[in-house]
Amino acid sequence: MILTLNVNGRKREISISPDEYLLDVLRKLGYLSVKRGCDTGSCGLCTVLVEEKPVLSCSTLAVRAQGKKITTIEGCQEEAKRFAEFMAAEGAEQCGYCAPGFTLTVLALMKENENPTDEEILHYLNGNLCRCSGYISQLRAIKNFMEAEKR
Amino acid sequence: MFSFKNYIAVTSLEEAYDELLKNKKNIILGGTSYLRMGNVAYNTAIDLSNLELDYIKEGETCIHIGAMASFRDLEINEITQQLFDGVLDRCVRGILGVQFRSNVRVGATVFSKYGFSDLIPTLLAMDSTVVLYKGGEISLEEYLKEESLRRDILVEIKIKKEGRGSFQSIRKSKTDYAITNTCVTKIDDKIRVAIGVRPGKAVLSYRAMEILNNNERTEEIIDRACEAMSEEISFGSNMRGTAEYRRAVSKNLVKRAIQEVL
Ligand SMILES: Cc1cc2nc3c(=O)[nH]c(=O)nc-3n(C[C@H](O)[C@H](O)[C@H](O)COP(=O)(O)OP(=O)(O)OC[C@H]3O[C@@H](n4cnc5c(N)ncnc54)[C@H](O)[C@@H]3O)c2cc1C
Ligand code: FES
Ligand code: FES
Repeated sequence: MILTLNVNGRKREISISPDEYLLDVLRKLGYLSVKRGCDTGSCGLCTVLVEEKPVLSCSTLAVRAQGKKITTIEGCQEEAKRFAEFMAAEGAEQCGYCAPGFTLTVLALMKENENPTDEEILHYLNGNLCRCSGYISQLRAIKNFMEAEKR
Repeated sequence: MFSFKNYIAVTSLEEAYDELLKNKKNIILGGTSYLRMGNVAYNTAIDLSNLELDYIKEGETCIHIGAMASFRDLEINEITQQLFDGVLDRCVRGILGVQFRSNVRVGATVFSKYGFSDLIPTLLAMDSTVVLYKGGEISLEEYLKEESLRRDILVEIKIKKEGRGSFQSIRKSKTDYAITNTCVTKIDDKIRVAIGVRPGKAVLSYRAMEILNNNERTEEIIDRACEAMSEEISFGSNMRGTAEYRRAVSKNLVKRAIQEVL
């Protein structure tokens, strides 16, 4: 079947099998920031935004994303770069493998909740695992970033 | 890897049911999080996404939850947040992450009677009913007692509006499956005690309920009810815990839950 996706504001057409997952289709289209980690829905690495909400692309059938607005890190380079500086400042990142999914989830949280408490931030990011750094340094980075973005 | 040959986004439940019966290898899609863990090649995948079954709405006597409502909906919807002290929110909020909960569906979960579920014992304690397309409305209690899975479509869950509730669970780490869990509710001063992750399907503890509903609920009576529960319910062992451990912990979880709803 021919699938039409709206990725980062661009219309993309691709021929797929109906049982393909969004993760594989996005990678085929060249969005290589979208990565496979656990492939069971547990790690958050494959997160992309669909209609501004974080979604696991490893568990979402591509057909279900037809016509919806999809955002990958390639589509929000500026914010991702700004956020990365705050992560680096807090030593909250090492290998960076978790970063694309993690960053998109943070951006979605900011849209949903302008003034989250620490508990709300940790709860929202619960599904984004990081093998390297500590979650508390990530929390500090997110709070500093959110403060800075308000200014 | 889970796969299928054909995909149909149906426009009515009738069409979905007709498709389902056409071939043993035709299936209904929920969020596909669980389906994709299996290694089955299906024929036609039937998608209910266009049927607007993702509602949570208040009727005259009941709250109606559509089969395609997600766990995240249970967590953030104002109706479910208020219902039974927000017990639906509390039972799902520890399940992996926000993204995962946005994807998994209430209907798929309840229909499948998963023994590891946090939602099913909660709905069982809430005295919910399930509405099946062909089978009509039956209590979740009866539905869970059926050994095999029907060839049917779960359309919605109905829950009475008034009651108190407490969900308790124990996990090895925050986002792991529960080792065991329980939900206790009080509806019109009647207590219901549901035990999940035994690790089998969720069940009610009739003996505990009988003690609690026919006596003044003193500390001694609560202890007697918890003891009766631990003798009545069959617990099993698996990699997450032994039957003995589950039985011992469950007694404490149930006690805590009873105290919370009184
Ligand atoms: C990695 C992982 C961890 C999990 N951890 C937990 C946990 O800690 N606690 C917990 O409670 N749950 C947990 N779950 C289960 C999860 O919450 C869901 O219950 C499960 O994924 C099923 O929902 P789904 O939307 O993915 O269903 P699907 O995978 O789409 O479907 C499951 C089954 O239901 C059928 N089906 C779907 N919709 C209907 C319908 N309307 N009528 C009839 N049949 C239907 C499908 O054909 C299929 O057989 C976990 C699941 C995974 C994959
Ligand atoms: S790869 Fe999708 S959640 Fe891990
Ligand atoms: S920085 Fe390595 S996994 Fe997060």
